[in-house]
Amino acid sequence: MKKRAVSILLITAMTVSLAAGCGKSSGSGGKVINIYSWNNEFRERVEAVYPEVKETSKDGTVTTLNDGTEIHWIINPNQDGVYQQKLDEALMKQADAAADDKVDIFLSETDYVNKYTDKDADAAMPLKDLGIDPDKDLSDQYDFTKVTASDTDGVQRGSTWQCCPGLLVYRRDIAKEVFGTDDPEEIGQKVKDWDTIEQTAGELKDKGYFTFSSYADTFRLYGNSIDDSWVAPGETVIKVDQKIMDWVDDSKRWLDAGYLDKNVKGQWNDDWNKAMGSASKVFAFLFPAWGIDFTLSKNWDGENGVWGVTNPPQEYNWGGSYVHACTGTDNAELVKDIILAVTVDKDNLLKISKDYSDFTNTVSGMQEAAQDDSYTSEFLGGQNAFTYFAPVAENIEIAPLSAYDQGCVELIQNSFSDYLQGKVDYEKAKTNFETAIIERYPDITEIQWPE
Amino acid sequence: MKQKNKKIDYSKWGYYFILPFFISFFIFSFIPLVDTIRYSFFEYYRSGIKEVGPNFVGMANYVSLLGSDMLKYAANTMILWIIGFIPQIVIALVLAEWFVDARLKIHGTQFFKVVIYLPNLIMASAFAMLFFTMFSTNGPVNGILMSIGLISKPIDFLGSVIGTRSLVGFMNFLMWFGNSTIMLMAAIMGISPDIFEASDLDGCNSFQRFFYITLPQIRPILAYTLITAIIGGLQMFDVPQILTNGQGSPDRTSMTLIMFLNSHLKSKNYGMAGALSVYLFIVSGILCFFVYRMTNNDDPDGSKAAAKKAKKLAKKQGRG
Repeated sequence: MKKRAVSILLITAMTVSLAAGCGKSSGSGGKVINIYSWNNEFRERVEAVYPEVKETSKDGTVTTLNDGTEIHWIINPNQDGVYQQKLDEALMKQADAAADDKVDIFLSETDYVNKYTDKDADAAMPLKDLGIDPDKDLSDQYDFTKVTASDTDGVQRGSTWQCCPGLLVYRRDIAKEVFGTDDPEEIGQKVKDWDTIEQTAGELKDKGYFTFSSYADTFRLYGNSIDDSWVAPGETVIKVDQKIMDWVDDSKRWLDAGYLDKNVKGQWNDDWNKAMGSASKVFAFLFPAWGIDFTLSKNWDGENGVWGVTNPPQEYNWGGSYVHACTGTDNAELVKDIILAVTVDKDNLLKISKDYSDFTNTVSGMQEAAQDDSYTSEFLGGQNAFTYFAPVAENIEIAPLSAYDQGCVELIQNSFSDYLQGKVDYEKAKTNFETAIIERYPDITEIQWPE
Repeated sequence: MKQKNKKIDYSKWGYYFILPFFISFFIFSFIPLVDTIRYSFFEYYRSGIKEVGPNFVGMANYVSLLGSDMLKYAANTMILWIIGFIPQIVIALVLAEWFVDARLKIHGTQFFKVVIYLPNLIMASAFAMLFFTMFSTNGPVNGILMSIGLISKPIDFLGSVIGTRSLVGFMNFLMWFGNSTIMLMAAIMGISPDIFEASDLDGCNSFQRFFYITLPQIRPILAYTLITAIIGGLQMFDVPQILTNGQGSPDRTSMTLIMFLNSHLKSKNYGMAGALSVYLFIVSGILCFFVYRMTNNDDPDGSKAAAKKAKKLAKKQGRG
């Protein structure tokens, strides 16, 4: 009997301690802000410019503010849609979650920002409800970033510190050999529009160089300037824009003419990375600021100063991370504070530009940076890239977005990649796109191709 | 403690000990299984972050799957599996026979057994990544072939149907032939040495011994190998998924059934994915039935022995 009593006691003790282990200890009793993101980019920028930050734990998961509030960073990788899956799960539970578990801020990328700013989904709060007046407080932001973060009624539901106008980055050594000059102004004239750059491509080809590495490099320029969104609001019909088919036709012509490297199939693969090395025969890439810093300079194995930037054949935007206040947040005041500090305050944005080479979202600030020699880049041999970024940013007309963009952009490139490589014919590539897109988005009822 | 019977019944302890398995099976396998079948009759997916359904639609999912390219993907899966399985079983049989044959006196069999099993220990996705890099157009394989002058222009392995399919088959072969070898060795060692001795005395050559003694004797294990390989083949996913970036490129010719299933799960389309799973379930059931009957029809008590041996050997479900 005694033995049994002891064992019952033990079991009870164990169960209690287990149950206690499950309960979340919410720390020192301060408030908790939960921020969902896919990497440390946002955290680093908050740490750099938000004055209330006291310290961040060593593993980078908790940042403490001066008033004891804890920012919990919930980081999930973007690959394979993991980030969106986790975020979606959290958003679904948002209404029932305990105050300290509610999502307060989450980030999104241009490719899927529309999924979260959707009026009916109501996941991202309108900035107005937060006490930010977009017309007044955000007047110095680039217009297209405000359009991107707005729903179909034009209500802005997110803000960004970053703006991603793209440039043409070229090899100065190749330019000297082929054109006899590497001056950005003169090269800029040779690539100023699509007709001119095609002639230039012919000159490069005669000397044995490719203009771009692959057809995927030019997709953003066409795809981000479509006239109508892939799917009109409230409809379930995909309308493939004429610009997309132009991309297919032009790419085919360029590829057949030998202006592109046939061996590079798409981006973000080994062949593409190697095309940025010193042994490559590729003359130029199309990149925004982050692309030059994170992709090109990482893959370049030669000396600094070989690459230069100039204007692209067409203004375009590639990428960008948006900061949203999550509907149902219990810390609206602080969330507003953080958003204003990291995405609006001009001094903070200029600091980010200097420290992280981001092209930041302040029109007047970027115009100053373009004149200021302290913003020159070592990798570009002392060239000030902001001189070229700023006018591009001012001229960008962002394509109307839809919640289906990410899948459409990804799958149309995949399907027509087979066509461009000569594996399937044109009609088959169309059918393959139709099959793939309906798999991805079961609610799509029809796909319309331009005449 | 009062004693009711003189004889103590221990059998209940047996049930207690297997209870945890049945509980976890029930929670983690059985309930999801029933749920899968249930949802296959519903329209149930997510559009953005808006949930659609579940609405009961009857057999609509099944019908629309039949109208899709499902059968094409089934054929792809079959082709990819056969390309890998034929060399796998042939090499495994030969190696097993050699390793067990005492008269060959191969040195270091233990070492070789470990080595041929090693590829199985690598994560399939890592293995696929490795091959993707090695066989890319600017990769080391093309580099070597070009520098020894075998080819003048790089071969686009992953851009051609035959290249991609053979690579997938080759990788599956490499990963699983060691596993089969070890399984078949166990089977051959289980044959009574008396039979081999008797055959030697009768003047049997090694071919005759292999075809008339070894093969018939290990048939139960062969059947087991075949069944697990078929089920594994139907579930082929990680290697082609990573190698072709989930696209089954070129032109969806290396898209397997499970990759097809996976692309439905991107939109959380539980209804359609459920229906596809049910199809797969039925097909694997039928295939298993046929193979089992085929290999055991004239060996009535062989099947029981096979099942026992198989259970002992099958620490995990392999691809043969």
